[in-house]
Amino acid sequence: MDHAVAAAKFVANDQRAHWHDQALWFVRQKRDRMANSLPEWETLRDTASAIKAYTVTHLAELLEQFEENATQLGATVHWARNAAEHNEIVHGLLHDHGVKKLVKSKSMLTEECHLNPFLERHGIEVTDTDLGEWLVQLRREPPSHIVMPAIHIKKEEVGELFHNILGTDEGATDPTYLAEAARHALRQKFLEADAGLTGVNFAIAETGGFVVCTNEGNADLGVSLPKLHIASMGIEKLIPQAAHLGVFLRLLARSATGQPITTYSSHFHGPRPGGELHIVLVDNGRSDLLGSDQFRRSLSCIRCGACMNTCPVYRRSGGHTYGTTVPGPIGSILAPARDAKAHHTLPYACSLCGSCTDVCPVKIDLHHQLLSWRKEIGVRGLVPFTKRFSMGIASRVFQHPAIYRMSGWFARKLVPKLPRFLIYNRLNTWGRQRELPDFPKQSFREQYKRRQKK
Amino acid sequence: MSTSRDAILAAIRSKTLEPTPLPTLEQDWIRFDDPIAQFGSVLEFVGGKCVRCESLAAVQETLDTVVECQTAVVRCSTVSGVGRPTLSIDDIDDPHSLDTVDFAVLRGQFAVAENGAVWVTDAGLRHRVPFFLSQHLALIVPSSEVVPNMHEAFQRLTFKDRGFGCFISGPSKTADIEQSLVIGAHGPRSHIVFLVDSIDA
Repeated sequence: MDHAVAAAKFVANDQRAHWHDQALWFVRQKRDRMANSLPEWETLRDTASAIKAYTVTHLAELLEQFEENATQLGATVHWARNAAEHNEIVHGLLHDHGVKKLVKSKSMLTEECHLNPFLERHGIEVTDTDLGEWLVQLRREPPSHIVMPAIHIKKEEVGELFHNILGTDEGATDPTYLAEAARHALRQKFLEADAGLTGVNFAIAETGGFVVCTNEGNADLGVSLPKLHIASMGIEKLIPQAAHLGVFLRLLARSATGQPITTYSSHFHGPRPGGELHIVLVDNGRSDLLGSDQFRRSLSCIRCGACMNTCPVYRRSGGHTYGTTVPGPIGSILAPARDAKAHHTLPYACSLCGSCTDVCPVKIDLHHQLLSWRKEIGVRGLVPFTKRFSMGIASRVFQHPAIYRMSGWFARKLVPKLPRFLIYNRLNTWGRQRELPDFPKQSFREQYKRRQKK
Repeated sequence: MSTSRDAILAAIRSKTLEPTPLPTLEQDWIRFDDPIAQFGSVLEFVGGKCVRCESLAAVQETLDTVVECQTAVVRCSTVSGVGRPTLSIDDIDDPHSLDTVDFAVLRGQFAVAENGAVWVTDAGLRHRVPFFLSQHLALIVPSSEVVPNMHEAFQRLTFKDRGFGCFISGPSKTADIEQSLVIGAHGPRSHIVFLVDSIDA
């Protein structure tokens, strides 16, 4: 998927693109208010960044420690090298327990593994219970944002969807009315479910427990009724000690949605009496990233989405244009690491403004990594021909002062006289949305020489 | 299964990384002159309500004026003398049958001033679902148990044993439809925290 091509479709609807931009900027402003209300904000970011750096450099020991402690608490720990193994493990558990209906709370990992279609092929009814995730599930599309999966959908569209599926009043657009209808429908799903699956926000090596954060309470409802709880987590979700949660729970919701904390921050230590708890640890490319000096820090990500909310490109192009589970700045680093050929345009979906780096609660050097990816894409020969061609010419021009001076002369004397089609054509991608600047009559060198003569 | 485990750990260990140290958590974290007032105002900001009472009897007096409690058909409570319960959670075998609960009065261990959260656990409870499935929720917390920030909150928590605990800050909510805040997504539609001075009175 070419980001620029997909984004061109998104911005074709100017009004909608602006609406999307404003919705996310509103969230960014809420985040700012929260960050500014804490004098220790920067200390928190530094601390979180250092804890994650420790985690990444001690990952194997911490994983073993987590497994041992979680097992001691009565949970069963599973290991999956990739998405396929993860899906097999989850399906195996559901099959063994005779599960026909599964309720899920938000988990970007299961999106990454494409768990839902896999389970549906095996005849299991899967319901995503986060309202935003349910909306995109009903529309049969992926989330467009990791925290606000339905940020691209208008209330009129929700009204139409619910009218068709739930029989709500035609033309209804009141969010309270629509959310109430969803509440009734999803409560039924909770009561009927045979098992609950959650993601994991933080897993604690020291205790063997983990934390799940939601605003709706859907994770808790999903796993407090049925006997089987499955928790899927990427291996980078680990933190060393419970005391470190103090740092991350203070940062996560403030950075994500501008709340002081999510409504529910649930701490699970072992299964509940009479129940079963299975934790699936998933690698799926993470240990590869660990080996990269340039991109290792992307493993510190706590999936708050702040980099998306602030990104001028994400806000104006929408999450679907990235063609990945995680869009935005962090997604544009993670996706090429997985498949550089398929996602080679993403590091260019960036103006290198650095705003993402400024808001990241764990201080990932996002825009530096995006720049590094551009270099990497060049090294791997994935840069498209038009860009390679023009960069090749530019390289020659800059290496030879005589050619440079001559090109300047041509640009000043000839270009303004050329017919438009010779300047604005397929080769000049820069000129697609832009006019060339007016060329000066004299070059700097010419002006300088003239002054020296005076 | 063990092969995937070994493969993942081996893949991680094959990358030799310079170990970095853990940072200190001993910092000058935020504190408040009046933590109870701070807790109340943050809780209100997130859609909840905080009422300070001298005694449990005073809590009941207040509850008698709360419309959601007055009109509740099914009530449960784990605090004796409060909530006029119509059913006992411990008598219920299947947590699914708790979906009829309109109003639940449950204990919270302590409150956090910076974010309006209350720490609750399932210790001594047969079911934990009333915290989430009830239509309305009231939490009873000793007013002496308000910590300023999350760091002090975690100093109180050890997680040595099996169990469930949750920070709850306000009623269940969603903003998934065009960023419009709707209170009462799946869980409780209202959330009151009673900070009680003398809880055994």
